[in-house]
Amino acid sequence: MSMFAFQGAVELGLIYSLLALGLFVSYRILDIPDLTVDSSFTLGAAVSAVFATAGHSYLGLVMAIAAGWMAGMLTAFLQTKLQIQPILAGILSMTALYSINLRVMSGRANISLLGTDTLFSAATGKFGKMFAALAVVLAAGIFLVLFFRTQVGLCIRATGDNEEMVRTSSINTDRMKFIGLGLANALVGLSGGLISQYQSFTDLSMGIGMVVVGLASLIIGEVIFGRPNVWRNVIAVVFGAVIYRCIIAFVFARGLPTNDLKLISSVIVALAISYPLIIRRYRLMKLMREASRNVRA
Amino acid sequence: MLELKHVSKTFFPNTINERKALIDLSLTLENGDFVTIIGGNGAGKSTLFNAVAGSFLIDSGNILLDGQDITFLRDYKRARNIGRLLQDPLKGTAPNMTIEENLTMAYQRGVKSSFRLGVGKKEQQAFRDHLAELGLGLEDRMKTKMGLLSGGQRQAVTLMMATIVTPKLLLLDEHTAALDPATAEKVALLTQKIVAKEKITTMMITHNMQQSLDCGNRTIMMDGGRMILDIKGAERSKLTVSDLLAMFKDKSKKELDNDRMLLS
Repeated sequence: MSMFAFQGAVELGLIYSLLALGLFVSYRILDIPDLTVDSSFTLGAAVSAVFATAGHSYLGLVMAIAAGWMAGMLTAFLQTKLQIQPILAGILSMTALYSINLRVMSGRANISLLGTDTLFSAATGKFGKMFAALAVVLAAGIFLVLFFRTQVGLCIRATGDNEEMVRTSSINTDRMKFIGLGLANALVGLSGGLISQYQSFTDLSMGIGMVVVGLASLIIGEVIFGRPNVWRNVIAVVFGAVIYRCIIAFVFARGLPTNDLKLISSVIVALAISYPLIIRRYRLMKLMREASRNVRA
Repeated sequence: MLELKHVSKTFFPNTINERKALIDLSLTLENGDFVTIIGGNGAGKSTLFNAVAGSFLIDSGNILLDGQDITFLRDYKRARNIGRLLQDPLKGTAPNMTIEENLTMAYQRGVKSSFRLGVGKKEQQAFRDHLAELGLGLEDRMKTKMGLLSGGQRQAVTLMMATIVTPKLLLLDEHTAALDPATAEKVALLTQKIVAKEKITTMMITHNMQQSLDCGNRTIMMDGGRMILDIKGAERSKLTVSDLLAMFKDKSKKELDNDRMLLS
């Protein structure tokens, strides 16, 4: 893998780490598998691209955050006020947002930002793009760590840990889910918005499989760095996303077809989640083999 | 303080599983009352608590707390004034959060949580003082995750969380039943101490007949969704467990069927 490819992987990893942080908020903190992500990612990218083509690339990123936030609110509304199961609520918003995304993009399947000013075209120097991405990630990471120390942040964490107890403490868990899912998808929207400006291209189908990509990054980070507390966890997630991108870049540098990207991501997630079970099964099998040997002896 | 007027609740109405859990139940608690509640399996004791705490809405009747009609108030809004402990020590706390973080949540009871820092210096000192009162040495382990504590320690902390902001009403649903005898005794004493100190109006479900007479100033016996006995004052002070059993048999025309009650 060339140095150039490696640098690109790190830059992409940093941008995708915002997506992974979004999943960290919904999947880990709130304990909700949120499938809105696939569409809120595209929504962020679409909004960011539309604003960038109009000459407002920075405003585009802010709007990507706002759009993601609203997408999260929609899912939270379906889950709490209409009592739809979390997975189905996510699927409903994801599907509904597909049409919304198409509208945002004025019916086009893709928008090219070639020749348009973006956050990254403004960044100069060899590492300009990397520093730009790093700055955003750093700001988001610090914000998250501080946020989860506030009263609301604590309540959101507790809602994912023991919802019953939070309600008996006179806290409205519905409100916490609104804020939590809004925040999660705002991060995802920002990630999409940045990717769009980074690769100067937004495609209607670019969000497909983003839940899995985010989860893979999240889990890789946790396996390597552990998750003793929020700030260590946030760092782990960011590193996880970068490592994930590096693995992908490495695999493709060896000549694997890019078409298998999603397959590989899913396998990583499936293995990482079932890893403890696989180890247990393996130990049990060894134990059984030994026991049967002792019977014959 | 607490007033229940003709409260009824039927589960699974018009089905083969229909169960009348509360039948036209009326009950008034005075300020500072400590009521113990006993009764057989399925007598409606926990249903009564769930109705008061708002886990479900009742079919008919009214519930008033301190003069305010709370019949249709959402559960988390009622929780501003009602502290509650369940039998299962796992249910009262968030296991993956530290002791001080758990306490912070309880400390916000009644105020809308804001974006202020959760655990400040001032709170930390307050929590330390409260924890020291428990006498379990937890004041030096405030950064320990709740899930690492024993059942008794968790239940003691849960008790503190339920009372750290003094509630108008405290509901104790067999909160010592899942603990080993020594710990149960400790938590029970702690409960009495806190309730007496803050003069909290309290209802306690217990399966221990002796405890139902030793604690509090009033004893209620339930059966089949109704209140069949309500004893207080002089009559109660000279009552023994065997009297209570005889009264139950007489009132309900059957033997007491709560197996745990008979064993204890």
